[in-house]
Amino acid sequence: MILNGKCPSGPLSEKWDRHRHELKLVNPANKRKYRIIAVGTGLAGASAAATLGELGYNVEAFCYQDSPRRGHSIAAQGGINAAKNYPNDGDSIFRLFHDTIKGGDFRAREANVYRLAMLSNNIIDQCVAQGVPFARDYAGYLDNRSFGGAQVSRTFYARGQTGQQLLLGAYGALSRQVKAGSVRLHPRTEILDIVLIDREAKGITVRDLVTGRIDCYTADAICLCTGGYANVFYLSTNAMGSNVTATYRAYKKGAFFANPCFTQIHPTCIPVSGDHQSKLTLMSESLRNDGRVWVPKMKSDKRSAHEIPEAERDYFLERKYPSYGNLAPRDIASRAAKEVCDEGFGAGGSGVYLDFADSLHRLGEDKVRELYGNLFDMYEKITGENAYKQPMRIYPAPHYTMGGLWVDYNLQSNIPGLFVLGEANFSDHGANRLGASALMQGLADGYFVIPYTIADHLAHTTPVKADTEHSEFRKSREDVEAFAKKLLSVNGRKTVNEFHRELGKIMWEHVGMARSEESLKQALKQIPALRDEFWENVRIPGSGSELNQELEKAGRVADFLEFAELMARDALHRNESCGGHFRTEYQMPDGEAKRDDENYCYVAAWEFKGVDNEPELHKEPLKFENVELAVRSYK
Amino acid sequence: MDLILFVWRQKGPDEKGLLEQFAAKDISPEMSFLEMLDTVNEGLIKAAKEPIAFDHDCREGICGMCSQVINGVPHGPQEKTTVCQLHMRNFKDGDSIYIEPWRARAFPVIKDLIVDRSALDRIIQAGGYISVHTGGVPDANAVLISKDNADTAMDASECIGCGACVAACPNGSAMLFTAAKVTHLAMLPQGQIEAARRVCIMTEAMMKEGFGNCSNHYECQAACPKGIRVQFIAKLNREFIKAQIKDSGKRNQ
Repeated sequence: MILNGKCPSGPLSEKWDRHRHELKLVNPANKRKYRIIAVGTGLAGASAAATLGELGYNVEAFCYQDSPRRGHSIAAQGGINAAKNYPNDGDSIFRLFHDTIKGGDFRAREANVYRLAMLSNNIIDQCVAQGVPFARDYAGYLDNRSFGGAQVSRTFYARGQTGQQLLLGAYGALSRQVKAGSVRLHPRTEILDIVLIDREAKGITVRDLVTGRIDCYTADAICLCTGGYANVFYLSTNAMGSNVTATYRAYKKGAFFANPCFTQIHPTCIPVSGDHQSKLTLMSESLRNDGRVWVPKMKSDKRSAHEIPEAERDYFLERKYPSYGNLAPRDIASRAAKEVCDEGFGAGGSGVYLDFADSLHRLGEDKVRELYGNLFDMYEKITGENAYKQPMRIYPAPHYTMGGLWVDYNLQSNIPGLFVLGEANFSDHGANRLGASALMQGLADGYFVIPYTIADHLAHTTPVKADTEHSEFRKSREDVEAFAKKLLSVNGRKTVNEFHRELGKIMWEHVGMARSEESLKQALKQIPALRDEFWENVRIPGSGSELNQELEKAGRVADFLEFAELMARDALHRNESCGGHFRTEYQMPDGEAKRDDENYCYVAAWEFKGVDNEPELHKEPLKFENVELAVRSYK
Repeated sequence: MDLILFVWRQKGPDEKGLLEQFAAKDISPEMSFLEMLDTVNEGLIKAAKEPIAFDHDCREGICGMCSQVINGVPHGPQEKTTVCQLHMRNFKDGDSIYIEPWRARAFPVIKDLIVDRSALDRIIQAGGYISVHTGGVPDANAVLISKDNADTAMDASECIGCGACVAACPNGSAMLFTAAKVTHLAMLPQGQIEAARRVCIMTEAMMKEGFGNCSNHYECQAACPKGIRVQFIAKLNREFIKAQIKDSGKRNQ
């Protein structure tokens, strides 16, 4: 099937406004008759639930954490982009659009990305009005800094905690609606199924994580705002609870999953210290401004960093990419670091050095502390090492996933009534996301897109009479209960974590930052085998009718074990390299990604056909009318 | 290293709890405290015993989900550090470690080390925000804010809502938590309009939830992983008195 993204026609800059005027509205008195479910309370979910509540809809908001203030958007450090052009350095909506399309290696929709760039300015205005304490200069104006993939300063920030401050702003707006009675909160509640009636999304089935109770909720529209799936790698910068369950179970109900192989590996994270490791911590990309990356020239060098003389160090990024040096793009820097480590040159057995000695000499310790003090402190807490005295050790880590459920221009999936927002959808970042763009997308979707597009859907829908006894809801409850029962009855010998760790190893080795036909075929053999073993040998203590954290994890890992296969299949089918998807067979002589625009300039959207069957591929061709498809070069 | 753990076990809110002893063997100093507990739990699962339930999520010190009292100190011995960022190199071989949940009247235990902190959400719901609708706001640079005020607002707004301040306070008070939000918004011109109303309804909500009052022990500041300062409680008190005077002024007119 050829998919239609339903992008409006007309000049790029007029598409959204024109579309908004064509969308149907729901009159204020009728809004309260509609019920909308929002799943997830990160930036996309909290902003959507709050805004829809303000408009007068009945909103039910769900999250698995104990409070909606804890969605993983909270951990975003760097900042949020907007085309305000406050520094007068040549920025514009078109330039932000162009940088984002190019950064995504020309695998995103023009119309979506342009709308995102337009709305970026409204987001900053909104957040300031909410009281988000962005950094300011001494005259009281907002301050900006630069980020990767851009030649202008367009990033707004709140110290190293921009995501936290934006999320607390959205959480405030959400809390206000809870008090007003328009939003009801369901914390410590996990979505386990989407319920369709006559092929339309009409509700969800959830588990109360405290009592274990399975319940259904009906709705006229559902917004999935459940984030990304980087935890398929087990170790990632995501929160421990981040999962693919909501989007994957929607996929199993017929929603198309788009570009699952587009994942982003961030180059500067604290390396793994042992098998006990449960998660990876990001160190802001900004460190590469003043740190130099190197490894010993000798393989398996056991000496500590300061014992290795200058002549025996390989500053491999500066050597391989002389024009960009240590600030080479994320995907290139990540791959280069993995390569030298795989060849045995790793620093002290894990990672590569990020050395500040030159900067400390040039700028002095006080200045370095002022610029990066909090990062150095965090590094010391985790590693016990003082980076003022010895170089940091860093290594790439899975960080963000560009793929997600397929949505049209209205953020509606191919299932009517099922909308997907933020990282959970696939729409705006193509094959690679630029820094400071994730926060922008989450809030654009929630504050400024969904309020308009959901009305158009609802205007065509008669409000449902709540009936969770409908046969589809009953069946969903039975399925969910049977699934838990099945998990608990295996009673094997291995823990859920052991399986998740093994899956992570397979994915990192074979579907990680460099993939080949051979490695992907390996993965496609190993994943189903591991899945079979899981269902024969997993051990989950306790019962389903109580707080049971192992059961929660088991359900998520069971989904990852199926989803991983889809990811590998997508990577295998895409015979090109683009952005975060690097196939070793397809590279330029200098190691850059080699795109194939002739054959792969499309969105790959997969339809579920059964766990052990191959999914069906649907394509949405990408048309570029306003930018020229070019080799993505930052040289 | 090998450690002896004494961990609070409690099946449910109405059950009696007790400290149960566990051996944590072969613990690497590189592990985080929660990774040490993961290891213990893996062992318990394999031995067909029930693992220890504890809250955690981001494991990088920002989501505020982790909540354990370690040897009598909320978030443990290291200053300005959440449990998830605490590493085992802060302990030594043979140590006994006592692990308990947050203890406060307003935070009932759900299971083991997990408590119900929804009271903090309800304080925010009462008025911990600026009442602005989405859309129709002025340009972000239309209202200037002095750097000092913006910085103080940010200092206060760094609160992660973990509740360590409540657990540390002998009165089980949520003054530091409430004061941080009151200060954050009162420092900004956008938040001034509702400042008087906000401080009153948030304080009232706090009292209704069963949190105690502040009697200047400063334990909250010592326990806070984000370094939120008690000066903000003074600010809350000033805002509260200002609001009362304003209110009585209105009544006299």
